[in-house]
Amino acid sequence: MSSIIKKEYDIPANDFSLAGEASSNVRKLLTQLGVNPTVIKRTSIAMYEAELNVVIHGNGGKARVEIFEDKIEILVYDEGPGIEDIELAMKEGYSTAPDFIREMGFGAGMGLSNIKKNSDRFVLESEPNKGTRVYITIYLY
Amino acid sequence: MTNYFHSVTLEEDKCRGCTNCIKHCPTEAIRVRNGKATIIKERCIDCGECIRVCPYHAKKAVTDPISELSKYPVKVALPAPSLYGQFGQDISRERILKGLLELGFDWVFEVAKAAEIVSDATRRIIGAGNVKKPVISSACPAVVRLVQVRFPNLINNLLKIESPMEVAARIAKQTITERENIPAEEIGIFFISPCAAKVTSVKAPYEKKESFVNGVLSMKDIHIKILEKIKSIPWDFDGDLVSSGAYGVGWAGSGGECSALETPRTLAVHGIHNVINIFEEIVEDRLKNVDFVEALSCTEGCLGGPLTVVNPFVASTNLKWQVNRAKERDFSGENTAADYQDLLWTKDMEYKPILKLDDNMMKAMIKMQKLEEINDGLPGLDCGACGSPSCRALAEDIVRGLAFETDCIFKLREKVSDLADHMKAFEHIYRQKTED
Repeated sequence: MSSIIKKEYDIPANDFSLAGEASSNVRKLLTQLGVNPTVIKRTSIAMYEAELNVVIHGNGGKARVEIFEDKIEILVYDEGPGIEDIELAMKEGYSTAPDFIREMGFGAGMGLSNIKKNSDRFVLESEPNKGTRVYITIYLY
Repeated sequence: MTNYFHSVTLEEDKCRGCTNCIKHCPTEAIRVRNGKATIIKERCIDCGECIRVCPYHAKKAVTDPISELSKYPVKVALPAPSLYGQFGQDISRERILKGLLELGFDWVFEVAKAAEIVSDATRRIIGAGNVKKPVISSACPAVVRLVQVRFPNLINNLLKIESPMEVAARIAKQTITERENIPAEEIGIFFISPCAAKVTSVKAPYEKKESFVNGVLSMKDIHIKILEKIKSIPWDFDGDLVSSGAYGVGWAGSGGECSALETPRTLAVHGIHNVINIFEEIVEDRLKNVDFVEALSCTEGCLGGPLTVVNPFVASTNLKWQVNRAKERDFSGENTAADYQDLLWTKDMEYKPILKLDDNMMKAMIKMQKLEEINDGLPGLDCGACGSPSCRALAEDIVRGLAFETDCIFKLREKVSDLADHMKAFEHIYRQKTED
């Protein structure tokens, strides 16, 4: 089945002030659709974290959002350095963010687990030096 | 009372149909149709931004006239703390309160005192721990309404304690009935308000069935009258009228409510558009290490209310003098809320999904698809000439059946130019035929 609404957003590299723009847009969209507020919250948290990863680690990338009759599918991807050890990266508290980013209050190592916690389906694909793709599915009901 | 009472209203003959108000409204609640602004009642949160930006003064806040006082044998004034910022440093709080008495009030009861009680209750609630953090202040009714229509996920973060105005009104009524043996119906409680949102919260409360306040007077209407009375009150007058310390007085400005909580884990934001930005951070779990958020709709907090007289930044300096002087007397032992249970809201707040395109989600999705399509065809200038605040808002109005694509002057120009081309083509054919 094809999606009813399809949106694409650019995610800029290294600009924290713009991280969250895409998730904020999606939140407005879902509000206008009358989606349950809890689902909206989960979607925007998961998407914001994925966006932030692309800003901090991925050197910029894109987010593709598709809304179906019963679910939201989000793909956030970059062509950045990729993740060496996915299992380790998924661990709460593990982070490769440099000190200056931690000092700004980001990079606490909770991002990926936070995405997983808030989505119904979560797939992470990554290859060193090629990039990372995060697939998020959240059901509307 | 209708479902949607609003203090903010339009004076139609003054409205010139410009785009100032539609562009500044934080909930996109205004449209210009047929040359006049109209307020979408369901969306308006009474923040008063439009009152501030209208160059023709066509937007106003409906308040009660001072003549309302005569309806009650006993008249009580509840001055909002922001009133103190409306006078220069040489005018003491005692004189301002005495000025109110000389205007015909029998009692004055400082809302600042009630603010200290609310702060004490807030400290206890946050200390007790079983609340959703960050707790968001409910002191500003425009902000509470904003949460109700735009941030359903934050409804549970709201501090469900009555506002200082309500607490003050309740205490005033109780004290006077008990002490003076006067029946409650004979007591008229009048709040002296810096804003429209407070009027709405009295006439159509969201947190309970009925307000304890009987009337709301505009600070604008009463300011000069107080000044006149103050002239004949000695500068060092002390009638034992004050009942609030520095914290309560400080509530008038941005950061005042936060500092009364005596913890650094607070955040103060003012200006409705800044409030929206912070709320977005909270919704996305981005705001860390903050237990309490003071969010005020107006710049500089209540001192910047649309019904105040003095420039908000000047008022902020004025207030500092009042706060400093208030430090000399401490009322913290009296203004407590050990038993805050009866200050809690008695009505639950429901989310008002005013932004959704359709009650049926599938239909909403199809409308959204159409909306995106229309939006892609619009120029993206957000000029407002169509009467909607942005191109996207026009696209939304079109799918809702409230506007037409040709309301966009650029679309209209395209249409007219197409039409002209068609006519030229017809003319050409016609000429050829006649020449044949």
